[in-house]
Amino acid sequence: MKIFNTDIAIVGAGPCGLFSVFEAGLLGLKCHLIDSLPVAGGQLSEIYPKKPIYDIPGIPEILAGDLIKNLMLQIAPFNPSFTLGETVIGLSKKEDGKFELETNQNSVIRSKVVAIAGGLGNFEPRKPQIENLIQYENCGVDYIIKDPEKYRNKKVVISGGGDSALDWAIYLTEVANQVTLIHRRTGFRGAPESVSKVMRLVQQKKIDLITNAEVNKLIGNSHLTNIEIKIDNSETISKSLDFFIPLFGLVPKLGPIATWGLNIDKQAIEVNTLDYSTNSKGIFAIGDINTYPGKLKLILCGFHEATLMVQSAYRIIHEGKDPSFKYTTVTGIKGIN
Amino acid sequence: MDSDIQISITDRNDKTHMLEVPSDIGMNLMELCNSSEISKMGICGGIALCGSCQVYIESDHELTDCSNDELSMLDNLMYVKSNSRLACQIKLNNKLNGLKVRIAPDQ
Ligand SMILES: Cc1cc2nc3c(=O)[nH]c(=O)nc-3n(C[C@H](O)[C@H](O)[C@H](O)COP(=O)(O)OP(=O)(O)OC[C@H]3O[C@@H](n4cnc5c(N)ncnc54)[C@H](O)[C@@H]3O)c2cc1C
Ligand code: FES
Repeated sequence: MKIFNTDIAIVGAGPCGLFSVFEAGLLGLKCHLIDSLPVAGGQLSEIYPKKPIYDIPGIPEILAGDLIKNLMLQIAPFNPSFTLGETVIGLSKKEDGKFELETNQNSVIRSKVVAIAGGLGNFEPRKPQIENLIQYENCGVDYIIKDPEKYRNKKVVISGGGDSALDWAIYLTEVANQVTLIHRRTGFRGAPESVSKVMRLVQQKKIDLITNAEVNKLIGNSHLTNIEIKIDNSETISKSLDFFIPLFGLVPKLGPIATWGLNIDKQAIEVNTLDYSTNSKGIFAIGDINTYPGKLKLILCGFHEATLMVQSAYRIIHEGKDPSFKYTTVTGIKGIN
Repeated sequence: MDSDIQISITDRNDKTHMLEVPSDIGMNLMELCNSSEISKMGICGGIALCGSCQVYIESDHELTDCSNDELSMLDNLMYVKSNSRLACQIKLNNKLNGLKVRIAPDQ
């Protein structure tokens, strides 16, 4: 069990969670962020990293992925800590008044304040319709690659035809003992450079490509050992393997947040616009996850919400003391170690 | 009005809604489902990036071809059939009078 103590625990490392670290840092508060994605950035990293955004004040045009890179640079002086690739499943208040957040992989984060910046919800994998898929989750079936070393010298089968399936198939040829890529159709529509790289690796026999095919059965005891692949909707072949990695992208689902006793309206947390506090003292909600009259799901609105939220967080952490208001032009950035 | 067309949408509870909608205001089928509160879709705002708006076309209307972006999204979705389309990529126009669609199951 990993335990982290911090001032503000932030659920969700999308743009609003990230910017909260900056505003909290200006007030001398430390933050720990948790996200189920293996990387920071929320929707910007998962759904549209290569799309340009035009409505960030003062920046006429920026790729979503670059905005996240810049936010990471901007918050670096404040040394936030991260738990990535883990989902917060439990939130409870302890006798000492602190909150305790618990993840699906037994990490525990303790803090006086919780900021929920969960966006449209927890990103969960699209799962192919294979009967006993769930039985092998974490014992042969992975939907997200957190640490490629796990696949060193193993036999890996990836299914999917998008960029992440292509990119991981390419990457894992350097690590795994055998890489098979299974795709429902014949052609790929991913980034052209990834497609041609995959085709080169197929020619070099480093990737075994099976197209017009779908995995339709998983076989094993405590761990997955074989899969059945249906090709052209007729012939079925069997293949031995160590890991099956279906990569069909992720979809956001409100998930565990709905069970934390907060007032929810249409999949969003109701907040007071004074400071984006929820009905539970010490828990705030900012960004796409909250709702209030006139709410707009925009990054710039989430940045504003984050800024006001940390003022109240400061008062809770420092038992009623008001934060002093200063311009960054006056104080500069004093980092936190 | 002359520009109004009729569209039938069957939701995930198998309930069919008959809608009369203007075809000349540049609306797409995803926006129609959202605005009529038949189904909440459109996480990505309608740029074929989220797959939340998959529908099955159940009438034989001739639709515009799928773009590469739409096809690559469909490659990633579950419950895809030969008549699957992304509703956000279908702009309403007067040729679509009588269109019948069914909303695909939740991902
Ligand atoms: C295609 C597209 C284009 C867009 N274009 C624009 C634009 O041009 N301008 C603009 O301002 N906005 C745009 N948006 C909207 C913008 O992306 C969102 O407003 C923004 O991402 C909200 O940020 P957030 O930090 O609130 O949440 P998100 O970015 O959604 O991040 C939330 C994070 O929380 C995590 N999470 C949730 N629950 C849990 C849990 N229980 N445990 C662990 N992690 C959890 C999720 O995995 C996710 O990574 C666009 C959105 C899309 C999809
Ligand atoms: S609304 Fe996102 S794909 Fe159609």
